[in-house]
Amino acid sequence: MSKYTERLYNGIIKENPTFVLMLGMCPTLAVTTAAMNGLGMGLSTTLVLVCSNLLISAFRKVIPDGVRMPAFIVIVASLVTVVEFLMKAYTPDLATQLGVYIPLIVVNCIILGRAESYASKNPVLPSIFDGIGMGLGFTFGLTCIGIIREILGAGQIFGVQILSLEWFTPITIFVMAPGAFLVLAFLVAVMNIVREKMEAKGKPLAAPSGCLTGDCAHCGQSAMCTGKKSE
Amino acid sequence: MSDLFNVSSSPHVRSKDTSSRIMFYVVLALLPTTAFGIYNFGYRALILILVTIASCVATEWIFEKIVHKKSTINDFSAVVTGLLLALNLPPTLPWWEAVIGGVFAIAIVKMMFGGLGQNFMNPALGARCFLLIAFAADMTKFAIDDYTGATPLAAMRNGEAVNAMDMLIGKTAGTIGETSAIAILIGAVILILLGVIDLRIPGTYIVTFVIFLVLFSGHGFDFNYITAQLCGGGLMLGAFFMATDYVTSPITPNGRILFGICLGILTGLFRMFGANAEGVSFAIILSNLLVPMIEKITIPRAFGLVKEAKKHE
Repeated sequence: MSKYTERLYNGIIKENPTFVLMLGMCPTLAVTTAAMNGLGMGLSTTLVLVCSNLLISAFRKVIPDGVRMPAFIVIVASLVTVVEFLMKAYTPDLATQLGVYIPLIVVNCIILGRAESYASKNPVLPSIFDGIGMGLGFTFGLTCIGIIREILGAGQIFGVQILSLEWFTPITIFVMAPGAFLVLAFLVAVMNIVREKMEAKGKPLAAPSGCLTGDCAHCGQSAMCTGKKSE
Repeated sequence: MSDLFNVSSSPHVRSKDTSSRIMFYVVLALLPTTAFGIYNFGYRALILILVTIASCVATEWIFEKIVHKKSTINDFSAVVTGLLLALNLPPTLPWWEAVIGGVFAIAIVKMMFGGLGQNFMNPALGARCFLLIAFAADMTKFAIDDYTGATPLAAMRNGEAVNAMDMLIGKTAGTIGETSAIAILIGAVILILLGVIDLRIPGTYIVTFVIFLVLFSGHGFDFNYITAQLCGGGLMLGAFFMATDYVTSPITPNGRILFGICLGILTGLFRMFGANAEGVSFAIILSNLLVPMIEKITIPRAFGLVKEAKKHE
């Protein structure tokens, strides 16, 4: 597996941000009332993530370590503003649906997490693929949750009625907040089963964390990490 | 005779009570309520009760098959959960919604957290609240046969007069098991006489609720109004059969009193100031969540233990 496809595989399966890393939970729970919302949220986050990874990786040698967080935030916030205006111009319905969660992409843990743990330490091209992989993993997670909630809660997929309301009573709890938690919990459980099966077959699945290399001395989370190796 | 001289480590004296025995007592105590519900609402109530119990027991059996655990359906707890859930459903509910309720109660509220004794919330009430949110229209439709109007609680909320005597006997609209206060009280007396429950939780629950009504309902000490509030809705059923669930209520004596007070205040708040006329089930599952904290602050002092003197700086 080349370095680039490895990043894609890593983002979508191995370290899926929604089901494995548990990052970006607020949009995951809040906007997935319908599949379309999940897909839109995922794709706009992907766009921001790819661009921010690109820029941060390109500037990684210029940004001083002490002010890297404000610098990352400035980059991400500018990108989010661009995406927000684009969405308002070309997909106004979706922009209204997602509402405040588009500007909130700025503080999405996935974006800062990838900037801190990958883009700021790696060359541009792998960082872009890391962004694509993570973004698609997030999109995949959100769309899955959205599809399940939409089918159970309204009998629709992407707004198309597939279960006739003549015999199907929508289980409205699934389009409300408790339904988000229920569906997410079940999908995480399914994902854990899948990962266990894969591990049993011998596919490489390291523990989901930033400690893949075991190099604690150069890890960004070293200061807060509780499982740090003694140096 | 050899049993007498058996040398073993403690415990040497064992109670005859087992889970299945206690569950059997609860089913026994629920019989008057069940019978009255079937008499009052007809064959549909009977079918709904049977479907819900079957769904609960089947879910428990299938779940334990899937996760390769020893089957525990013989302890009757799934039957009790199913029966309690059915008694909390309106008689016109479609049967498949009752099945979903049974599956939710056992699979998600009970088995996911480790089975009987580990669930943090009353399974029957958890499922009822799930159904109430999931199928709001069907769960609040109480019109059947002779009963076309609102439930007594909803009528009272709209300021209409209700007949407290009818509510005591149970000739009103409502869920299958909640209408007859007398039938529930017969069951409660059976449970108390058999020593299955004590009066701390239901007693403090009802007293606190009455005090809350006198203070905040705006009716003052109106005997008719208070009787109607006590007999209406799921308060009696909840107080005696669901708040007293061993798994989800405190084990400390003082904790039970505190638990009852929480229930009374929450029910009063929900009924007087909430969006719905009824609030017993939400009050009970909310208080279930407080149980670990209640137990923590009400651990009784062990005999002979001296309180540690405060350290002086």
